[in-house]
Formats: sequence, C-alpha cells, structure tokens
Amino acid sequence: MRHVLTTGLVRGLVGQAVGFALGVYTARAWGATDWRADGPLAWAAVLSVLGFMLASGMVSDWLGWLAGNFAPPRHGAPPGKPRWWRYWSVDYDHKVIGIQYGVTALVLVGLAGSVALIFRSELSKPGIDFLEPAVFNTLIGWHGIVMIAGILTGVAAMANYLVPLMVGARDMAFPRLNAFAYWINVPGVVLVVLALFLRWETGWTGYPPLGVQTMPGAIPFYLGVFVIGFSSILGAVNILATAFGMRAQGMTLFRMPIFVWSMVATSIIALTATQLIGLSFVLVVLERVFGMTFFSPTLTESAQALGSPPGQPLLFQHLFWFYSHPAVYVFILPGLGIISELLPVFARKPLFGYKWVAMASLAIALVGFLVWGHHMFTSGMSDIMRVTMMWTTLLVAVPTGVKFFNWLGTMWGGKLTFPTPMLFVLGALSIFLIGGLSGPPNGTVSTDLFLHDTYWIVGHFHATMFGGFVYPYIAAIYYWYPKVTGRMYNETLGKIHFWLMTPAFWTMSLGQMLAGLWGMRRRIVDYDPALGVAGLQTAVTIAAHVIFLSMLIFAFNLVWSAFRGKVAAANPWRSRSPEFQVPSPVPDENYPAPVVVVSEPYEYGGPEPYVVFAHGPAAADD
Amino acid sequence: MAVLHSVHEHDLPYARRERVNRWGLWLFLISESFMFAGLLAARFYLWGGTRPPLDQTLGLLLTSILLVSSFFMNRAEVAIAHDDRPEFLRSAMLTVVLGTAFLVGVVGWEWGLFLPDGPHLRPTDGAFGAVVYGLTGFHAFHVLTGVLAILAVWHLGRRGHFSARQHWGVEAVAVYWHFVDLVWVFFYPALYLIGQVVAAGH
Repeated sequence: MRHVLTTGLVRGLVGQAVGFALGVYTARAWGATDWRADGPLAWAAVLSVLGFMLASGMVSDWLGWLAGNFAPPRHGAPPGKPRWWRYWSVDYDHKVIGIQYGVTALVLVGLAGSVALIFRSELSKPGIDFLEPAVFNTLIGWHGIVMIAGILTGVAAMANYLVPLMVGARDMAFPRLNAFAYWINVPGVVLVVLALFLRWETGWTGYPPLGVQTMPGAIPFYLGVFVIGFSSILGAVNILATAFGMRAQGMTLFRMPIFVWSMVATSIIALTATQLIGLSFVLVVLERVFGMTFFSPTLTESAQALGSPPGQPLLFQHLFWFYSHPAVYVFILPGLGIISELLPVFARKPLFGYKWVAMASLAIALVGFLVWGHHMFTSGMSDIMRVTMMWTTLLVAVPTGVKFFNWLGTMWGGKLTFPTPMLFVLGALSIFLIGGLSGPPNGTVSTDLFLHDTYWIVGHFHATMFGGFVYPYIAAIYYWYPKVTGRMYNETLGKIHFWLMTPAFWTMSLGQMLAGLWGMRRRIVDYDPALGVAGLQTAVTIAAHVIFLSMLIFAFNLVWSAFRGKVAAANPWRSRSPEFQVPSPVPDENYPAPVVVVSEPYEYGGPEPYVVFAHGPAAADD
Repeated sequence: MAVLHSVHEHDLPYARRERVNRWGLWLFLISESFMFAGLLAARFYLWGGTRPPLDQTLGLLLTSILLVSSFFMNRAEVAIAHDDRPEFLRSAMLTVVLGTAFLVGVVGWEWGLFLPDGPHLRPTDGAFGAVVYGLTGFHAFHVLTGVLAILAVWHLGRRGHFSARQHWGVEAVAVYWHFVDLVWVFFYPALYLIGQVVAAGH
C-alpha cells in the first residue's frame, strides 16, 4: 500500500486534483461564480495538467538542471521498490514506456468500445429507448476521441518498444522526453473523462459554431485533446531522432527493418500536422473564453464599426482536417508496417520489393497532406478545391496498392504457417481490403454527395481502422508477447479470439455500409422505421457485442499468460530481427554489445544473419 | 525539452549526443513552424486583402527591438564558443532585456494594458481582433519561453557551466531564439503591412 501511494500515477492524479481545485479556488477569488463557465474551467484544466506533471515527478530532472544537477537519467529498476512499481511510475527505459503505452492503449480502446456498446444497443431498434439525445451525442463524441487516443497510444507503444530495439540502440534518442510524452497523456485523458460528465454535443470533430455554443464539456474535451496531441508531437521528434541518429553500425537507411520505415513516415505526419489540430482546438477555446471570433460568423457592433470581417466556420474545418486526415495515416501506417514485418517471418521468404514498400509509406504520408478537403465536399468549398482534392485522394490508392501487391508477392510460394499473429495479419489484409475498396466512392465528389454523413462512411472508416490498426496491433501484441513478457500466450484462446472477431467484424462493417446505402444517417439517436434498416442495425449491434466478447478473451489471455503461460524461447518465430537474438524478456541494456548489421533484414533462407554483436572493436563471427 | 541537454547527458559520447540533440531541436522547430503557418493561413483566410489600423510606430519599434536582440543572442553564442564567459553573460542578459522590452511593448501598448482608454482594437472585435490577439499572443508566449530559456542558460553560465567545447545548451537556446524572431519577420508584415486598411465606419 505504501508503494502504491508513491507511484507516479497516484501522485500525479493527486497533483491534478490539487491543480484543478487551485484553479477553481483562484477563479472564485477573482469573482467567478460558476466553475463550469468557460474561463474558470479552462484555467483549472490547464493548472490540473501542470499539477499532474509536477507531482508525478516527471519534470524533476529538468528542474534539477536549473540547479546545475546534470546526473544522467536513472536506468534499471529503482532500488527498494517492488518490481511492478516502475511500470506505474516515471521510468526512462523505452521498454517500460512501451509497455505503459501498450496497456494504456488497451484500457482506452476497452473504455471507448464499452461506450460504443451502449449507444449501439440504443440503435438496435428505431425509437429512443434509454439514451437522451444529449447523452447520445456526448457518447458518440467520446467514443471517437477516446478511440483516437487509444490508437495513438497503441502506435506509440509499438514505436517505443520496437524502434530502439530494431535500430540496435540502447534506448530512444531522448529518454526523458520519451517519458514526458507518455505521462502528459494521462492528465489529457482525465480531462477527456471530465468532458464525458460535463457533456458536449459536437462529436469528436468539435466543429464550431456548435463547438462554441455547446455545453461546458467542450472545454476539457478541446484541452484534453490538445495535450494528447502534444504527446504525439514530442513522440514523433523522439522517433525521428532515434531512427536518424541512433542506428547501429552498418544499418544504412535501406537496411532498416521495414517497421522503422513506417514509423518514420508516421512520425513525419505526427510531427507536423498535429500542430494544426492543436491550433484549431486552442482557437476554439480562445473563442469561447475571450470571445475571439475566429470561427463564428457573427459580428459585434464595435467590430462592425471597425469594418472587421466576420469569423469563418470553414476555416476550422481546413485547419482541423489538415491534421485529422493525415492522422488516419498515423493510425494505419504503423499497422501496415507490422504487416510487412510479420509476413516474411511467417512466409519464410524475403519481403517482396523492400524499397517499394518503404517508399510507399513515405508516399502515403506525403500525398496524405494534400487530401484533407475530401472531408469537406459537402461543406461549401469551391469546385476547384473539390476536384483537386478528389484527384489527390484517389492518388492515395497507388502507393497503397503497391503495398498490397508486395504483400501478395511476399506470400507467393512461401511456406506459410498460421499461428495467431499470422491469422491476424491475414485478417487485417482482408478487412483493410474492404476498407480500401469502399474508399473511392467517398473520395469521388459526385458519389460522396450522397454518401456523406451516412452509415456507409461509418462502415468504411471502421474497416480501415480495424484493418489498418486494430488487427495489426493485435497481431503485434501476440507476436512480441513472448519477447515482452518472457512467456507464451495461449494459442487456443488466440485462435478463438480470431475466429469470433473476424466474422463479427465483417458483419458489422458490411452491415453499416449497407444501412448507409439504404439511407441511415450517422450521429443520430433515432431513425425512421420506414428506412428498413432495423434488421441491419440489430445484426450490427449483435456483431459489436461479439467483437467485445472476443476482446475480453484477448484480455484474459494476456493477463493469464503473463503469470501462467509457458516460458518462451528467445526466438520462437525464428525471426532475423535483432530483438529476437537476445533472451526473452529483453534485458535492461537491450544488447550485450554494440549491434553490427552484416546483411539484409529479410533474407530468410540466406546464409548470413542480419546482425551480429560486436565484442570489442572488431565484429566477431558468432 | 531537448533545449537544455547537458554536458553529462546519458552514455553517448558528447559529439554524438550533440548530433542527436540537434536532430531533436530542428525537428521540433519544423513542427512549430506548422503551427505558425496555420496562424498565418488563418490571417489570410479571414482578412484577405484587408487589415485593421494598427499603430505603425509601435510595430516598427517592436520589430527593431526583436531583430537587435537576435544579434546579441548570436554574440552570446560566439562568445561562449571562444570561452569568453563575461561577454557571454553580458550579451545573454542584453537579449533578455530586449526580449522583455518586446513583451512589455506587446502587452502594454499593442494589447492596451498601459493605455488609459484601453486598446483601439479589442479581442472581441470580429476577425480583426481575433487574429491580431491570436497571432501576437501565440508569438508572445514563445518569446516568453525563449526569455526564460535564456535566463536558464545565463544562470548556468554564471555558475561555470558551458565551455568552448561543450555548450549545446547555449546553441539550442540561441537557435530557438532566432526561430522565434524569424516567425515575427513573417507576422509583422502579415499584421501591419499587407492589405488595405479598412476605414473605421464612424
């Protein structure tokens, strides 16, 4: 108990509560009457985040620098604490941070999924049964944004655990910054949870003018997302600096494991585009708190007297989608990287067209910057923008197609085996294919005018997210589970998980698309029975519950196997990747000696290993 | 974050550490430039070819102060690169003074805190007010963090840290300071010079 209270998490949460209370108290002292008014709430939210970071001990080292104390970051387990303690506290080891991210991601996805089941049940038949519209609207927005937070932390989990190992480094380029980027998420998520209770009705996109007018929950929603985005940016700095500055001897750019390439592409987006969602959300907060009309198309009398132009709602959509479209590539590129990483292992063949796969990731990332307008085809954008954005959008299919054919080429004639991670990789391919093929109708202006804001979009989006992130993430967890925990997961439970989840997901996604084609609108609590979609909605609801059930089996498998699973070998998959050449779980220092790359990463069946460990100045053969 | 990475950091050799730190700093600045570009985009989207009447003398004065401060920041960095500690401390402190003068100018006059009748343009005054206060506010916040960072390296330098061979902290702060100045080089014309002044309606 004594140890629980000293964890960074508990201290941070107490600090956050104190910070929030201090904000409310000072606002009262300055004459505010209701703490839920925009000004006091924003002030308290900002102080609460500072309170968390100070109390968790995250910034202590940096404050120490001001006193001239430049001790190197602490490595290894903290003395005098039980083994679990470091996982709940500030720790600078990238593997610990990777696990922290990974568990956080599963918790967030689980919470957002549970919320989805609530409003999914409401939608299973026409009529409003048990959710008031305001609560329904809050829940769909919460589902969306918490899933996004969960996916971002899941991506960061893979990046933090794997990138330093794969480039043969001992840690990330900036270990403290790495921990900071993880911990800042926690107060951000707490704010988003607060938003759930204070309610806001814009959905996850937060469009003004409604975003300016809706309930007070909007303030913690915007600020919480801003903080989570900050984490994303700092994480991207770290990953790029690690990939470019920390690679092992002999690891040229085209000898990097392909997952590192996909994280480079991902990080380029996260580094730059994230600023714009952060900016757009802060501007809405400024509009709410100080009345700075960036987005509301209204003018005060004195503004009219000055001859000022009004705010523009469409400006928000441009800023917002400049991030939020590329963001979906932040979600899927790491997943596609996992697919490219795992297929050669389970096909026992080199990755087909390595350079093309690497460049396709970069191409998706770069083209992704030029397509944001396809979310605004019905928003009143000019025709020139609409047609341009249509062409660039359809262009994304080219590098994505390159990846698909390279995956097929990798499997072609391979000696395929089908353990659980491979099943999830193949499941990802099948689902990402439906997600991808249902995309062009939305990317084309003429058809999108009919499909926009229907369940077709919901079906398409969930297929891309499940195929591009959820399935590969699950595959990655099963695949690296022995490396992370030192124990094997239960294969039978893994297969049950897959065979429950996949048909259920197909039902859900195709059911949603069909309901959309029949005229079912999204983000709406009730619908007309005459649409004839009630049967589909029921089927989709049942499928969603089956997916949730399969995820419970997954969670059980992870927890149970961590204690009771079979002890894993160092290299259960006969992988060539550097992290599989050391014992499981990976030792504290990662590698016994500097890593030296001596051949290609995916030459399965080739005579040479990918890496050797240099003992002393010259590389030894072992 | 990456700004203050020190002499004894981690277990990499100093030269390699410095190279990695440089990656981190410049990547962060690229990231920041997207945020400032977004603000500029907002200005052109909302104002188009118009602009509000702003105090031109004040704008020119603020711009000059900030540009001169960059000169002294560079002088501070060169001084520490030649182990000239007194000159480093003097120039760094001058930069702090000039940066603070800039901040006082923005908050006191541009935002009208020191004006008896309050500002001519208020934050609530349509897109004019929103953009002027938004752009100067985001920029002033960065100037403030820059001033604090310079104070931090000044403080450490006074206690004997940094040398000709090892002064990454000073380099990082200097680069950041120049970056914040460079942002103003774009913001100043966008707010004060480009577009037709809209005549007040009364």
